[in-house]
Amino acid sequence: MHELSLTQNLIEIAEEHARRENATVITSVTIEIGALSGVMPEAVEFAFEACTKDTLAEGATLEIRHIPALGRCQQCSQVCAMESLLDGCSACGSYALDILKGQEMALIELEID
Amino acid sequence: MCTDCGCAPPQPEHDHKHDHASRKIRVEENLLAKNQRLAMGNRASFAAHQLFVLNLVSSPGSGKTSILERTLTDLKGKISFTVLEGDQQTDNDAERIAATGVPVKQVNTGAGCHLDAHMVGHGVEGFDLAATDILMIENVGNLVCPASFDLGEDHKVAVLSVTEGEDKPLKYPQMFQAADLMLINKIDLLPYLRFDIEQCKAFARQVNPKIKILELSCHSGEGMSEWYDWLTQGVNQKRGSRNAERE
Repeated sequence: MHELSLTQNLIEIAEEHARRENATVITSVTIEIGALSGVMPEAVEFAFEACTKDTLAEGATLEIRHIPALGRCQQCSQVCAMESLLDGCSACGSYALDILKGQEMALIELEID
Repeated sequence: MCTDCGCAPPQPEHDHKHDHASRKIRVEENLLAKNQRLAMGNRASFAAHQLFVLNLVSSPGSGKTSILERTLTDLKGKISFTVLEGDQQTDNDAERIAATGVPVKQVNTGAGCHLDAHMVGHGVEGFDLAATDILMIENVGNLVCPASFDLGEDHKVAVLSVTEGEDKPLKYPQMFQAADLMLINKIDLLPYLRFDIEQCKAFARQVNPKIKILELSCHSGEGMSEWYDWLTQGVNQKRGSRNAERE
């Protein structure tokens, strides 16, 4: 359940940015979570409600953008979609893939008042 | 070590007034940014002492502490160790390590399921790192969460024992992908188990084609010398950089 500490980090970063903008409330939080980030979006949603209590983000909506994963094969250079870290290259079957996308876990945007 | 950590974050001052219209701001900051910053600080401080730093990860009961006990005892006088023990509760593991005579500190994470860079940065305060070759950080027994948290180590070492399923690397791919070395422990029990060790290695390489794999038993001692060679090589590389710096 490392989503709990990640969500605490998320709110810390959000509050820091909101205060810098002299905001008194955060109404919406947009984050990106990659398919290979090891983060369960449902767990973040659950933690978000608990962790925002008594913060600037209390009651804020949480928008999660799911980022699909892409890998490039080290053998044949094919770029292919990855569902998990267990996937091989769609062209040659090799498991030596460099992950190009899908490990994101980032706070992207805030709506503040 | 903790110059920019979250211990006492400075509060930004605002005495000017704005109209507070609802607006959107771009942030684009990684949720692990703070941990990564602190891990970089740890890494710089470890590098200053030419420390070889390992982050031991596994499920509970794979034998991390037993491997450490035997390693510390067998390499006494050859390599100087310092150990940081991570567990949710108790200092049982630290007591076992302390019995070998090696400096050790227990870090209890309480409800936390992993060590983070902040805990490690404070955890090593008070140790004589200049007199240490290897800092061993034994993480909380958990194959999920510790994968995401860089502590400033040189390598994650994943321990898997043959009493677990050979498909652990498939079930917890994040961890085996993050590890540079996998130790398959308790191989003295292989005759009594239906554990397909070749299949286990193939699964690990499917998740991480570059992973190095060593088979050992800290009980019988089989395979331990290859592990010690690997440790010695790591220390020598650090010592090499130390000597190069002196010249």
